[in-house]
Amino acid sequence: MSAAIHASEKPAIDRPFNVIVATDCGSTTTKAILIEKVGDEYRQTFRGEAPTTVEAPFEDVTRGVLNAIAEIEELSGRKILDGEKILTPSRDAKTGVDIYISTSSAGGGLQMMVTGVVQNMTGESAQRAALGAGAIVIDVLASNDGRLPHEKIERIRTMRPDMILMSGGTDGGAVTHVVEMAEYIAAAEPRPRFGATYKLPLIYAGNKEAQPQVRKILGEKAALEVTDNIRPVLEKENLAPARNKIHDLFLEHVMQQAPGYKKLIEMTGAPIMPTPAAVGLIMEAIAKREHLNLIGVDIGGATTDVFSVFESVFNRTVSANLGMSYSISNVLAEAGLANIMRWVPFHIDEQTLRNRIKNKMVRPTTIPQTLDELQIEQGIAREALRLALIHHKSLATGLKGIQQERTISDVFEQQTSGKSLVDMLKLDLIVGSGGILSHAPRRIQSMLLMVDAYEPLGFTMLSVDSIFMMPHLGVLSTINEKAATDVFVRDCMVYLGTCVAPIGQLKDGERLADYEVTFPDGSVVKDQLKMGELRLFPLGLNQKAKLTMQPAKTINLGQGAGAPISREVQGGVVGLLLDGRGRPLQLPADEPARVAALTKWFKAVDLYPRS
Amino acid sequence: MAHSYTPGLTVTEQTVIRRRRQLPLPGTVLVAVGDRVQSNQPVARAELPGKVYPLNLANQLGVAPDEIKEYLIKKEGEVVRKDEILAENKPLIKWFKTEITSPITGTVESLSTITGQVLLREPPRVLELLAYVDGTVVEVYPRQGVTIEARCSLVQGIFGIGGETSGVLAIAVAKPDEALTPAHLKADMKGKIVVGGSFLSAETMSKAKEIGVAGLVVGGIHDKDLRALLGYDLGVAITGTEQVGFTLILTEGFGTIPMAQKTFALLSVHAGEKAAISGATQIRAGVIRPEIIIAKSDGAAPSGVAVVPQRAGIRIGDPVRIIRDPLFGKIGEVSALPSDLQKIPTESDARVLEVRFPDGQVAVIPRTNIEVIEGA
Repeated sequence: MSAAIHASEKPAIDRPFNVIVATDCGSTTTKAILIEKVGDEYRQTFRGEAPTTVEAPFEDVTRGVLNAIAEIEELSGRKILDGEKILTPSRDAKTGVDIYISTSSAGGGLQMMVTGVVQNMTGESAQRAALGAGAIVIDVLASNDGRLPHEKIERIRTMRPDMILMSGGTDGGAVTHVVEMAEYIAAAEPRPRFGATYKLPLIYAGNKEAQPQVRKILGEKAALEVTDNIRPVLEKENLAPARNKIHDLFLEHVMQQAPGYKKLIEMTGAPIMPTPAAVGLIMEAIAKREHLNLIGVDIGGATTDVFSVFESVFNRTVSANLGMSYSISNVLAEAGLANIMRWVPFHIDEQTLRNRIKNKMVRPTTIPQTLDELQIEQGIAREALRLALIHHKSLATGLKGIQQERTISDVFEQQTSGKSLVDMLKLDLIVGSGGILSHAPRRIQSMLLMVDAYEPLGFTMLSVDSIFMMPHLGVLSTINEKAATDVFVRDCMVYLGTCVAPIGQLKDGERLADYEVTFPDGSVVKDQLKMGELRLFPLGLNQKAKLTMQPAKTINLGQGAGAPISREVQGGVVGLLLDGRGRPLQLPADEPARVAALTKWFKAVDLYPRS
Repeated sequence: MAHSYTPGLTVTEQTVIRRRRQLPLPGTVLVAVGDRVQSNQPVARAELPGKVYPLNLANQLGVAPDEIKEYLIKKEGEVVRKDEILAENKPLIKWFKTEITSPITGTVESLSTITGQVLLREPPRVLELLAYVDGTVVEVYPRQGVTIEARCSLVQGIFGIGGETSGVLAIAVAKPDEALTPAHLKADMKGKIVVGGSFLSAETMSKAKEIGVAGLVVGGIHDKDLRALLGYDLGVAITGTEQVGFTLILTEGFGTIPMAQKTFALLSVHAGEKAAISGATQIRAGVIRPEIIIAKSDGAAPSGVAVVPQRAGIRIGDPVRIIRDPLFGKIGEVSALPSDLQKIPTESDARVLEVRFPDGQVAVIPRTNIEVIEGA
């Protein structure tokens, strides 16, 4: 957990923390966890949750926070609340906590509009800066985006973002286009989403030569902040200063306007972070510590956040309207009904499915009570995960049009400009978080959900956030790295196991590969993996097995078609999954065959209770 | 653990509501504190700035941006009509003359000597903000708007589309479980708020549009009919600006679902009275649910205190509605509140409660899958 946020936030606090209460105010649920120092190490001990209360009749986020903490009080027997106050610091073994910290994505998160000059250059850099700060990008305006000037102005007027990030031009380059964009913004007189009386925060991070003109044009019309150019030269992105400014303004302006956040800010002992920013810190830290290429996902009620670290380059995207409650209907709209139905292992008519999804949309806090309902929700989750990864891949790219280096963390040289950095064959680990993955009744469900949605290639480890606490640990890492690391390793990260997926397609039942697994107890399993088969072997946490595979001549396991491979594979609470369904994954088109295939696969891995 | 429940929708005969009416930008407030207002009466007015049209004169005239002032015929702040000459060059040979005409009627708002562009703005559009409900002005926010208080009956729906409107309530069906069919809709329902029962079909919607009903209030509709009505698949429940010919409010949800007896009875009592309705729904931060407001016409002085539903949590005996399959829509009473987590058929451990139905049957339901019937 090495990544600190930035210098302008409150410094780490010196006094010892023995008891910490942390919340994540999600769009649907507020989740609280209690972390206590047990001996020399920190452990997560209790958790509580309550519906988020940014909505009427409460319209005060702190109500949900207090309710969630009250649950921890009930379960732990520790007195944490004194009326509506959190008792800090802790007074004795049963009273108070040393610090309260929080993340938030309630209230629709941080919604930003970004501008650039060239859409796939400064426009994309600005988008990456905003996404990196945990924002939802509601539009990207650029001089060459194909819209007429008056259309751009109308768009700015109607969008009502929380914040605007302006970029454009390299330092010392032409100022005309970026000044032109400033003129459009000034003419539009943009107003913020919350609060009629305050000025819209606007960050200028473009050509430094244009700063005086931009100040002149926008200084009076917006709460203007000027920072370093995100693209000082074409070959380089400098996203950190703009990202830090976004965090500052998020706390100073946007959060102050959301229902109850003023009170929440007063309650917390460290700055409130946007949830995706906090989860990003954790993901980045895992990749760095383990030297891995990873994809992380946090699937929430309103949004799905995807994180990736490939060759040390960190990227984050927030898919604003892909989620499991508020946005569930949008998953249907974007994926299409057929794509959702393909995961449902029984017949259901279109009308019933559509109505059920809409009913979840209008009553987003409900949970599936029957197995059928769970299977439908997990089908929708596969599609939300799949679509969010497609979105992520399109933005997690190298700088376009040039041979480039990037400085988010390491220097990175790129062969093909603008190519997605996400390479599924080089992927080592998938980390899942968010209610539907963390709270799946069986861990194999989380594993198969991610395997089906992401179609990992070759050898890939999978893990899941045990009870959804990555956001909490992300913000904790900014004030006490040891506590965050202790809890992360011992209580948060649950290794599910390894998925081995040969690339290629054959006829159903044909031999994909011969395999031999040598388990830690010395036992050996030798068999054939046939096309269309899923095989699951128990291989426990911290256990390793040796897997040797000889694929068929057109089948690739990462070493080339037909090339044998021998590797050590890691276990987990689920085990070793041999996925013989082929890549790309193809489901039978007609319903009876599809239902039969799903039923066979689900039974093979004991996905659901047998009725 | 008493907190895990979904706040219910309000259905109440008697309440006092406050509705803040706010201009989208500063303007003039037309009423004063204490004034009685009618739903269709303007309470504030603002001038929405006209659309902006940028025109790059420097490019069109082929001159440097800092020279454009010399070529402008219309100066900053001047009024210009469509096709009127805005700028022209003065070549030695007349044939090379370039005249730039205005694409709109409006004013020259500003010019930039850096980019060489001129911004033209169309005349402002007057926006009148209506009171929306019959009531009394209790607060004025200078240049911004007012708060109106009304003593009324209030029904909140679960989902709606379309904006604010008002009309006389007409009950078109005999029972809450009767579907609203085209045959129920009569020509004299034009401009009225028509209350149906359990379901509204696409055909009934077409008929309603044809007649010109102002609003429809029903238990449920099919999602596919909503999609046909809107012309797109609604992704996120943020509505209120749709223009489909009427305002639609669902009281229960999607599918064929009888309107709750209490809702139907309340609306029936007020048949023939004027109601203000809004389909605006926002199931996000600061949730907005659609509503039907039937203001009391006795002109009684406002109480000074708005009634805000406040609940400490869920209690045994509370009337609840189940809001998730397999018992979706059923209404019962909380009969037990076990505090321990229980395994439900999905194998999840959930906080549950026990609901007793009028027929004596009892079901165990996750607490998040019920809705307290408020205003009982």
